[in-house]
Amino acid sequence: MRIVVCVKHVPDATADRHFESDYTVDRVGVDGLLSELDEYAVEQALRLKEKAESPEDVTVTAVTVGPEKAADAVRKALQMGADAGVHVSDEAIAGSDAIATSLVLAAAVRKAAGGGVPDLVMCGMASTDGSMGVLPAMLAERLGVPQVTLASQVETQGDQVRIKRDGDTATEVIGARMPLVLSVTDQSGEARYPSFKGIMAAKKKPMQTYSLVDLDVSADQVGLSVAWSVVEGTEARPPRTAGEIVRDEDGSGATALTEFLAAKKFI
Amino acid sequence: MSEVLVLVDHAEGVVKKPTYELLTLARRLGEPSAVFIGTADAAGAVKDNLARYGAEKVYVVDDADIKGFLVAPKAEALAQLVEKTSPAAVLLTSSPEGKEVAARLAIKTSSGLITDAVDIAEGGITTQSVFAGNYTVTAKVTQGTPVITVKPNAATPQEHTGAGVVEEFAATISEAARTAQIVASQPREKSGRPELTEAAIVVSGGRGTGGEFAPIEALADALGAAVGASRAAVDSGWVPHSYQVGQTGKTVSPQLYVAAGISGAIQHRAGMQTSKTIVAINKDDEAPIFELVDLGVVGDLHTVLPAATEAIHHRKG
Repeated sequence: MRIVVCVKHVPDATADRHFESDYTVDRVGVDGLLSELDEYAVEQALRLKEKAESPEDVTVTAVTVGPEKAADAVRKALQMGADAGVHVSDEAIAGSDAIATSLVLAAAVRKAAGGGVPDLVMCGMASTDGSMGVLPAMLAERLGVPQVTLASQVETQGDQVRIKRDGDTATEVIGARMPLVLSVTDQSGEARYPSFKGIMAAKKKPMQTYSLVDLDVSADQVGLSVAWSVVEGTEARPPRTAGEIVRDEDGSGATALTEFLAAKKFI
Repeated sequence: MSEVLVLVDHAEGVVKKPTYELLTLARRLGEPSAVFIGTADAAGAVKDNLARYGAEKVYVVDDADIKGFLVAPKAEALAQLVEKTSPAAVLLTSSPEGKEVAARLAIKTSSGLITDAVDIAEGGITTQSVFAGNYTVTAKVTQGTPVITVKPNAATPQEHTGAGVVEEFAATISEAARTAQIVASQPREKSGRPELTEAAIVVSGGRGTGGEFAPIEALADALGAAVGASRAAVDSGWVPHSYQVGQTGKTVSPQLYVAAGISGAIQHRAGMQTSKTIVAINKDDEAPIFELVDLGVVGDLHTVLPAATEAIHHRKG
């Protein structure tokens, strides 16, 4: 079985994230890391491999699209235990919207799988920067396969996949057949930390770097200038003005709370 | 004037409130046409409500052959409707399902996609809240038919009588779209409280509850609020994941958000920072949540909340 995991290198959410003058996300001036939500996808891929009857027949390849530093996200996946890595890097890709990114990523997934569609394409539930959560569906559309998303539990048997999804109104079990695109949530199970052995082993694992030419994707299909939606402006939200802080002493907290709610007409 | 397609979000024939918000926003872009995927009977039952909020047409796509399958058939049906009607835009709810339908639709129709809009102005200029609510972004689709998903509470539904002409639409659904299927479903117990993302008031509990959610629920019920939680409370198994507010849970933007026993990590703030009024109760006076509040109470939620709840009942008589 061939599993391809899509990972994204994102600006650290706890850092001061901001935009460039062309309204793209600053990906250079801010510390980056493997999106924590993608770690869950790597983890589930590794667990599927470990649970397989013959784990050596399962390959897990981590794929990313992004500038030079984005290779760090793939490296982390290799340290966790993925078998191989693919990094698509090309200046023309900068500023691509989700639509163009999905085009490049779909081509990269095929390349990583030796030209065809792998049995499983795994993703996190969303990135922690753009947070659109649409990439799995876009990839599935481009690869011509179903997507089964937001799994909190994943089971496979042969080419059958069963997932559990905690929806708003119901907990559902969803069934589908490979090949498919699968996204997992942060409820699917804590991601492992790379061991020292894993870190050392990762250095010897194959890591391919491709440009758009290698993927047969034309540079005029991607990038900021051909994006199908444009950002017209960004504005930092004004910081909230410091509110009133009261210390609860002998019930004064409850009184302050009740009076505040009444004054604001919430009662 | 061009049509604007609005995908109706409904459960068993009951239309959810965000659909009326979409119809209201759609009027800024053209003539709203509701797209109802369900049975003809259910469509008949909801068409008057859709018309009351401005739907000039109600396209009904019979779901007999696609019920229980995930989003792919819906995207196919919508793509065919887009081809037929050449709408000014397609609006969908920013639920996981709405976003996935939108994603597939955008690629099928070679159109730009904007997700999680909190407002749409004339000309299709959208407003989004990004980076944990620290920035607002205005954007616009420049290619194809704009596909836009809109967050709940983005607009106040306004009544505006539309003709509500029902038109059946026979979509051709491919076999390939009917592959991922719901094989079992366990409905969640109904709490009787408002839906978390739609509620005007949300009361949330975190690690500081120590697993004791009764004071949170009692205050929520006194205020007619929804109950939310931080990830710490969900991971501890105290409440279901559907309660979670934050990056990997729901994003809420209510009139009032009450955070009790929640420290206010960036992941939680991402889900509630755009709330109009924020109140926090926390024992730790250095909790980062206090940076956001209009009112902060440094104290034990287990004494403050019950006393406040009682006072609220007393005021209400």
